[in-house]
Amino acid sequence: MLKKAHTILWLVVLMLVLAGCSEKTTEKDTEGKGEEKVTLTFMHLWPAGSSKQHNMIVNEIIQEFEAENPNVKIKQEILENEQYKNKLKVLGASNELPDIGMTWAAGFLEPYAKGGLFTPLDDLLDGGLRENFVSGTTEPYALDGKTYALPLELNITPIYYNKGIFEKYNLEVPKTYDEFKQVVQVLVDNGVAPIALGNKDRWTGSMWYMYLADRIGGADTLKNAINGSGTFEDPSLVQAAEEIQNLVKMKAFIKGFNGLSNDEAKAEFTNEKAAMYLMGTWDLPQFTTNEDIPKEFREKVGFFKFPEVEGGKGNIDSWVGGPGVGLFVSENSKHKEEAKQFVKFFVEKWGERSVTRAGVIPATKVNTANIDLPQMYIDVLNELANASNITLFADVQMNPEAAQTHLNLIQSLFGESVTPEKFAKQHQEALSNTR
Amino acid sequence: MDKVMSDKRVIALYVLPALLMIIILVYVPIIMTGYYSLMKWDGIGERTFVALDNYKQLLKDSMFWKSVYHSFLLAVFSVLSLGGYLVVSLVLAGRIKGANILRKIYLIPMLLSSVAIAQLWLRIYHPSNGMLNQFLSFLGVDDPPNWLADPSIVLYSVFIPIIWQYAGFYILIYYAALKNIPSSIIEAAIIDGANPWQLAYKIKLPLIAGVIKVTIVLAVVGSLKYFDLIYVMTGGGPNGASEVIASYMYQKAFRSFNFGYGSAIAFSLLILCIVATWLIRKLTHTEEEVQY
Repeated sequence: MLKKAHTILWLVVLMLVLAGCSEKTTEKDTEGKGEEKVTLTFMHLWPAGSSKQHNMIVNEIIQEFEAENPNVKIKQEILENEQYKNKLKVLGASNELPDIGMTWAAGFLEPYAKGGLFTPLDDLLDGGLRENFVSGTTEPYALDGKTYALPLELNITPIYYNKGIFEKYNLEVPKTYDEFKQVVQVLVDNGVAPIALGNKDRWTGSMWYMYLADRIGGADTLKNAINGSGTFEDPSLVQAAEEIQNLVKMKAFIKGFNGLSNDEAKAEFTNEKAAMYLMGTWDLPQFTTNEDIPKEFREKVGFFKFPEVEGGKGNIDSWVGGPGVGLFVSENSKHKEEAKQFVKFFVEKWGERSVTRAGVIPATKVNTANIDLPQMYIDVLNELANASNITLFADVQMNPEAAQTHLNLIQSLFGESVTPEKFAKQHQEALSNTR
Repeated sequence: MDKVMSDKRVIALYVLPALLMIIILVYVPIIMTGYYSLMKWDGIGERTFVALDNYKQLLKDSMFWKSVYHSFLLAVFSVLSLGGYLVVSLVLAGRIKGANILRKIYLIPMLLSSVAIAQLWLRIYHPSNGMLNQFLSFLGVDDPPNWLADPSIVLYSVFIPIIWQYAGFYILIYYAALKNIPSSIIEAAIIDGANPWQLAYKIKLPLIAGVIKVTIVLAVVGSLKYFDLIYVMTGGGPNGASEVIASYMYQKAFRSFNFGYGSAIAFSLLILCIVATWLIRKLTHTEEEVQY
């Protein structure tokens, strides 16, 4: 008897569930009639955990877009940086890229653009969007006259310094490279590590080299050496390598820098064990608004421009930097038009919100007059307005193969296991072999 | 049951799923890798057939040979460390007090993920606040080494955690093998007056020789294709000083976008592993298997 009751009960439950299901589906069906439903996949690298603010803005923008375009649904797929790069590669190889995704400039984008996987977005730019971007920021995403992605971020790399430590030893912000070396010497003499550098990641050391190359040889020498119209064995590029080794000999960088990751090095700076730190403006939030970092420390952080080298051709308003991630639309997307509209919408909304809310300097122009920002942001944005030149990160400028050689050579140069002459020669070889 | 299994079709039916899985997941990718290694391919765009060019380049690539040397060095160290594990297992299996607890303690590193171990050892090796260097400066060493930044020692610095990581695994295998030896044989030897050394060297070791051979193969092949800890701790750096075959393959395929070349490295690695296994089998081959 009991068994029978059980069976009946089950049947009733099942019927209820089934009825519920079918009712819902019919409801949806009628609702969807009229306009075609479109689902776009959007892959990005800002998880709620590690990039909370970014993630919130992304979700807001998606909601607004969906509200304005009720027939479009955006499905997100979120991965961390390294996994993102790997997954994009695998998807690219099997021709299954998401409708919209994020890419980096130049060397990273090249194989995708050449392989016809990204669709050109020039029609969006010509449709009025070009005005919005800071001039020159879309160029690294262009290949053969077509622009394959639209940038969201723009970064330059100042030297952050700890005002507290500078005050303690009566140090002034250096204007020239000689003054800079004196600052380093004083700090070394007092047992303070002058510069935090995590050169396990290699691109960190590359920025130091790029600045010296820029200040000594001028803005174009390095660019030309990389694109082939000049040579890497240019005396100024060799001299820049020598200067790096001089700094290493002075013990300007923290102990064991070649084995430390960038995060470990940054910890030395935020723990006030090192006085200076050359890094992109993507770290600005950590030195201004991020509540996880002690307020006393944040108030101590300032920044200065990489000093001028006497007799060098470079000028102090030339920056190493470049746009960060940009949005692409897949060539194979079934809904290219909708995807493009979303990219346009995203770029505009992102530009309005990213700097105030997530502390990201967008590649679109920002009007500083009527927004409320920490002073350091306003300073950086003003510097950006005055910049005479922005040199794209060397490892992004080069093709992937040459970039790896460059990064390895940087590590050797800092580790003093290669001479400046060989450093230049091997660069030249790698660049001409892979061109 | 026997009746069912005597039917060939039934056997085929039962074997088929596993066979299919192993073909799709193991053998097909191996063949594909071999095929890609004959191509010039950035992993995304067009593939162009270049025959054996990748392999020719590989033979001249000093960085590749350096990484092969490093991998072999790791294999040598792993095999040597097997001796240490064997001693520990002999002691543990000798009915000492707390053997059970100790065995579990040795096994713990094996239960941690490689990335966690790498993070742990990164803390230990940290040049200024690491446990190791703090201890050294406490002892009065003025300028303790930069464990992971100095090209001359970085390789050994990453070997230590790797060997530490696998200790429990091999100890467990040896321990189980030693416990499997019938106590009657041991007791007989003791009655005949064998001392502990003789007991270990003349009785126990020959009886677990088969297991030892297997562990040597495991250690060598495992070392040759080792990747994770090195990748997390140094990324193969500084400038290739700790690069091993697998990390070099990763760098070429996923960093330099040179999939054809990466595949050639992977395929060479496979051949190296097969040759190494065959050689070890050959060298340790004995006519008579010990029976008990």
